[in-house]
Amino acid sequence: MSLLAVEQLDVRHGLLQAVRGVSFEIARGETVALVGANGAGKTTLLRAIAGAHPVTAGRVLFNGAEVTQAPSYQRVGHGIALVPEGRRLFARMSVEENLMLARAAGRAGAWTLDAVMEAFPNLRARRHARAGTLSGGEQQATAIGRALMTNPELLMLDEVSLGLSPLVVERVYASLQMLLTSGTTIILVEQDLTRALRVAGRVLCMLEGKIVLEGKAADLTREQVTEAYFGLGRAGREAIAP
Amino acid sequence: MIWLNQIVQGVLLGGYYALIACGLSFMYSVMGIINIAHGSFAVLAAFALFVLADRFGVSPFVGLLLVLPAMAAIGWALQRLILQRSARAGVLVPILSTFGLSIVIDNLLFEQFGADTRSLAPYIGSFSYDSWSLTDDIDVGYLSALVFAAAVLVLGSLHLFLSRTPLGRAIRATAEDPDTVGLVGINARLVNATATAIAMATVGLAGAALAMRATFDPYAGAPHLIFAFEAAVIGGAGSLWGTLLGGIVLGVAQNIGAQINPQGFFIAGHGVFLAVLFARLYLADRGSLILSTLRRRA
Repeated sequence: MSLLAVEQLDVRHGLLQAVRGVSFEIARGETVALVGANGAGKTTLLRAIAGAHPVTAGRVLFNGAEVTQAPSYQRVGHGIALVPEGRRLFARMSVEENLMLARAAGRAGAWTLDAVMEAFPNLRARRHARAGTLSGGEQQATAIGRALMTNPELLMLDEVSLGLSPLVVERVYASLQMLLTSGTTIILVEQDLTRALRVAGRVLCMLEGKIVLEGKAADLTREQVTEAYFGLGRAGREAIAP
Repeated sequence: MIWLNQIVQGVLLGGYYALIACGLSFMYSVMGIINIAHGSFAVLAAFALFVLADRFGVSPFVGLLLVLPAMAAIGWALQRLILQRSARAGVLVPILSTFGLSIVIDNLLFEQFGADTRSLAPYIGSFSYDSWSLTDDIDVGYLSALVFAAAVLVLGSLHLFLSRTPLGRAIRATAEDPDTVGLVGINARLVNATATAIAMATVGLAGAALAMRATFDPYAGAPHLIFAFEAAVIGGAGSLWGTLLGGIVLGVAQNIGAQINPQGFFIAGHGVFLAVLFARLYLADRGSLILSTLRRRA
């Protein structure tokens, strides 16, 4: 049985239909990269799965149970965690307080305060600093750590490299490497195609709210993904799409 | 010496203002809601204590054991039934709905209790006027000291609660970003209802202080709302220790004003409030001007 199943999902921002009839499944332990141009609906899709955005039609199933109408805090309790775009830390609270908030999810597990500090050693010195005073890389580490503290079964990372220098992105991914190989199920939104194809087992490419390409990262070439990404060559896209 | 006495009494009065401003400041800082019915709820609690004392012979201090949980329950219902719904319609609607609620409460109290002025002082014996003589000129009333101590205790424990406990952290996080707390597993609605319940329990305490140290009638809510509002604004809206400081500044200003001229009590109080308000606006303007100049140079 798949860990996450999304069936014919429609999500709207007012009149704009951001996600159109999207269906896919993710098995436990998979790392899936979700790619697509700006405005393709990636962030909205992740937010809908996390329960932060209401769904217009379709279903979201997690561990076989329907969570389509469940509010976000309940989904966190089921084991769905989202590292939101723009990090969304509580700027007036310290790093440690930001991390401890996630205990509200009530999910005990391997990820404790110490384990997060272990995984992101750069946070140790900033433990009592206000989140608003951190550097971009430290903020991203805190946001990922906060999601991990809920001990999720599914971790969704929305553009973790956004606004970070290449050097810092490298460092964030180095810390993620352990996570990527530990068997946690991950959905990753990443603008850098090369990196997405390298770290993910499977790639989903979105265009204008639909999934236009799906396949194993190893089977796909950069050119195929780029084509789908920009919606070039309709014929080619149909040949690739499952 | 008379001036020193006015300052001492002003500080104690400030403790009372801080106590009545506490709930107002707490609700504003947590939910961004200005509860116009704040004063009316305090008077409602005062009447509840009055009924318990007058009809059932329950001492107001014992009566608090019943009234504070009841006020907390009212706070919970207020959030779930009124504030949460009206907040969906924008920031102004909760203010308007609490304004409407204050009219409803005031008039229901009037219908039930009439225009008579009441006080809880008769039910607490000589406690309402007993005092310690510090010097020949300075006496400190038991009740004033108790109210001041209660204010410090309530503000201090709220501060500790917010900074040290998981629920306190959840309340602060919800205040900062109610949309994101759900993503870390916090039920924002539950947190807000709890916070309103806590705020309303402090309003119950404020009502007790109000009714013991002076008189009240069904329409006494609005004048008390003004002092609470002024104390909260002087202290910097939303800051708990600031609220205590704001209350003290207001109380001392009023007492010194009254010493200068019998009319000076209100004038000095409102004057300090306006002065702080304008100073803050002016400094905020200057502050951002200085900051933007610095940025341009950088």
